[in-house]
Amino acid sequence: MKSAVIVFPGLNRDRDMIAALTKVSGTAPATVWHQDADLPDVDLIVIPGGFSYGDYLRCGAIAARSPIMDKVRERAAKGVKVLGVCNGFQILIEAGLLPGALMRNMSLKFVCREVKLEVVNAATDFTRGYVKGQVIRCPVAHHDGNYFADAETIAHLEGNGQVAFRYAEGTNPNGSINDIAGIFNDSKNVLGLMPHPENLIEAAHGGDDGRALFSGLLGQAA
Amino acid sequence: MTIPNDIHITPELVADHGLKPDEYQKIIDLIGREPTYTELGIFSAMWNEHCSYKSSKKWLKTLPTSGPRVIQGPGENAGVVDIGDGQAIVFKMESHNHPSFIEPYQGAGTGMGGILRDVFTMGARPVAAMNALRFGAPEHDKTRHLVSGVVAGIGGYGNAFGVPTVGGEVEFDERYNGNILVNAFAAGLADTDKIFYSKAEGVGLPVVYLGAKTGRDGVGGATMASAEFGDDIEEKRPTVQVGDPFTEKRLLEACLELMATGAVIAIQDMGAAGLTCSAVEMGAKGDLGIELDLDKVPVREERMTPYEMMLSESQERMLMVLHPEKEAVARAVFEKWELDFATVGITTDDLRFRVKWQGEEVANLPIKELGDEAPEYDRPWTEPKKPAQLAAGDVPQMDVADALLKLMGSHQVASRRWVYEQYDTLIQGNSLQRPGGDAGVIRVEGHATKGLAFSSDVTPRYCEADPYEGGKQAVAECWRNLTATGAEPLAATDNLNFGNPERPEIMGQLVHAIKGIGEACLALDFPIVSGNVSLYNETNGRGILPTPTIGGVGLLPDWDQMARIGFAGPDQVILLVGAPASRGTHLGQSIYLRDLFGRKDGPPPHIDLAHERRTGDFVRKLIRSGVATACHDLSDGGLGVALAEMAVASGIGATITDLADQDPILQYFGEDQGRYLVTVNLDPQGEALAALWRDAEAAGVFAPWIGTTGGTDLVLGAARPLAVAALRAAHEGWFPSYMDGEAA
Repeated sequence: MKSAVIVFPGLNRDRDMIAALTKVSGTAPATVWHQDADLPDVDLIVIPGGFSYGDYLRCGAIAARSPIMDKVRERAAKGVKVLGVCNGFQILIEAGLLPGALMRNMSLKFVCREVKLEVVNAATDFTRGYVKGQVIRCPVAHHDGNYFADAETIAHLEGNGQVAFRYAEGTNPNGSINDIAGIFNDSKNVLGLMPHPENLIEAAHGGDDGRALFSGLLGQAA
Repeated sequence: MTIPNDIHITPELVADHGLKPDEYQKIIDLIGREPTYTELGIFSAMWNEHCSYKSSKKWLKTLPTSGPRVIQGPGENAGVVDIGDGQAIVFKMESHNHPSFIEPYQGAGTGMGGILRDVFTMGARPVAAMNALRFGAPEHDKTRHLVSGVVAGIGGYGNAFGVPTVGGEVEFDERYNGNILVNAFAAGLADTDKIFYSKAEGVGLPVVYLGAKTGRDGVGGATMASAEFGDDIEEKRPTVQVGDPFTEKRLLEACLELMATGAVIAIQDMGAAGLTCSAVEMGAKGDLGIELDLDKVPVREERMTPYEMMLSESQERMLMVLHPEKEAVARAVFEKWELDFATVGITTDDLRFRVKWQGEEVANLPIKELGDEAPEYDRPWTEPKKPAQLAAGDVPQMDVADALLKLMGSHQVASRRWVYEQYDTLIQGNSLQRPGGDAGVIRVEGHATKGLAFSSDVTPRYCEADPYEGGKQAVAECWRNLTATGAEPLAATDNLNFGNPERPEIMGQLVHAIKGIGEACLALDFPIVSGNVSLYNETNGRGILPTPTIGGVGLLPDWDQMARIGFAGPDQVILLVGAPASRGTHLGQSIYLRDLFGRKDGPPPHIDLAHERRTGDFVRKLIRSGVATACHDLSDGGLGVALAEMAVASGIGATITDLADQDPILQYFGEDQGRYLVTVNLDPQGEALAALWRDAEAAGVFAPWIGTTGGTDLVLGAARPLAVAALRAAHEGWFPSYMDGEAA
């Protein structure tokens, strides 16, 4: 499977994401600069974490209006898989590829710690490396991860298997509604999540619970 | 506000620029006329304490700064140390004390920004950060506000920039009520053959300005930082800079990209005293003159005068001397990152620093005397008074379990989780040990086994009681913390925070602390490769505790053989390595006396450097041979606190046997130095442990077996057993409840 990582100015977990994709698949992903005219022909597009445009205006708002995001929307509509982590999740929401909003953490503080995640829907290309109901460890590091959507949207997400991960065992770090940590779009080819599975893929990280997300994704049709 | 350039120079104006009458006379003698207003500003920027080290230089020169691994010692933007395989670690620590007190968020944030720039200016990608913070008494009105602002400011900048915070210190003492300390450390990795320096070379080459635009923020900041605080402190807010980590991140990427093109001859970041300091340093170091044309400087505000442009401390700016034929390549890199790029001057052969503005020459000064030949003082100093020994048998008693529980939940010992969870501690994916242990450890990207350890240390109460022993102790504790992970300590950076050096007793503290630091660095092969001096840390005539912060770096050849502080399992033998026969003896300046009895008397513990060396070398061998299963050095609170920290970190208890003929208070809370707790998974009666003891004896190290891990309680001899869960609750509880406004 071929993948590409999009880099906007101010992102800073691009190197972590590139390292994770490379280590799990054995091949480095293509790196796409935000001003590039087009995306290479890939099966997976990843928008990593960081502080695109300094989080000025609103997290992800400026990046979401970058021309490269039109290309991402086109590919997503054709079924290409799109993964957004942390600031990437915020960008996908701002770009209209995922519903809802990510508000400031309830503590009003940046939080970097390990949390527990429940895999809510394991029947997707992104989560097939896990078992439904499995509880995994995963770090978070964000200031604006408090997921919110109106009741109707939440009901739809819950009813349509669009909740991918939920903070488990009382570890919700940001006050997000229904403990939501990550969601799919309607057709489950777009995933956005606040936690950083790319930072928990090997012994040096103190565990590899995040690895199955990448191996599940990249293993197929490789 | 526009400051005109034709202001008449009066004695008051000279004094407002922090220049003494004799210094002003020196200026007149040097240039043979009255300086212009802009020139006065330039002199005040270059000759202030912060930039010139005029009070400390004489003593800093006595520090050991070289060693087989040292590539670059003090004098550059950061120190450079060889870590093998063609790689180097580039690091420095710097204070941002005054700005952080005036405006904590921006002050601390730009402190981070400044130290990160010092590191990547040399061609290194920052891989680790630490910060050593000292606040006033918890019950002081301003403390919560300052803690909250400083921590958010460091996080706001460092997290966005993308460097993991791997360690640091937070301490409270009333002596910092009016003058907090924010010491920021950064380290970066570079290839040894691709280090960049600030020394300009070649005449007639373009001097290029890069990064953010120049505004009026921070005008006079370095001069402000070299003065004491009075009651007019609030008026100084405009001298604090505003940080933009987004621009800094782009500047990092653009600089590293530019350096890879081979276009850079010399580079200097614009930190304190901005354009003035960077241009003068590049020229003076290279024995070249510099001519600047201020009309070319990118500005963000209109009608800025030359005085303001020369003294602005706007952040995220760089000055470089470039190969002229590569100017177009360089410009393209900066345009890609949407940063300003402007040729603002030229190198000359006449050793003059010339500044032009709107066709007029507003400054024309001798560059060497401004820069590396700035005035130097031998300030008078007095011998610090040695505190009296505690009277024999003066051991105030308290129930051992009660005392330990109180100390674990005290502001001095309590967990700093509330602080470090606001920092990104795992970005870059290389963090092997995050804050909360003895030292932060990262793996070296691109190398299969190598790791780097970082620790920042000083015990200001020891330094106050005895600056010489305190200086030694700061170095020894840093060296010990690195050793406790299994790392070989390589080199250190010092951030010397003191009061007003014009007072002989403060100068005496500085002189003696440097003497102690120097002796310890020499004995431990731990050279000082970079540093910063922050003086005038006083408010209304009262100085801070002398605080020479030491930031050290250590190397782990194989991070698989690395120790952590948590007990590794039950039924393991606990050894107290480096202990005196009576385990612990020294209560003077201990937190047991200070925080449980309100006593600040007695001398600090003595540092025996030979003992430090042999004990540390022995402990490192135990870790690297895989025998040690956990390790923790003893510091604040002695044996009792160290055991409790190991238990809390693992959730595993321990049972310790009292030493029959020693007061338990001294055993458990004495702060004797050069001691480590090491656990080993060996049969207490077996040959392996006997062999370990024979090795210890041969090395001259006493390593008694004091107890065994296991269970869910920590049992200190005859004292009431304490549930590890209760110790953890006390340890974790203080900081959040304090910040919520409950505890004090």
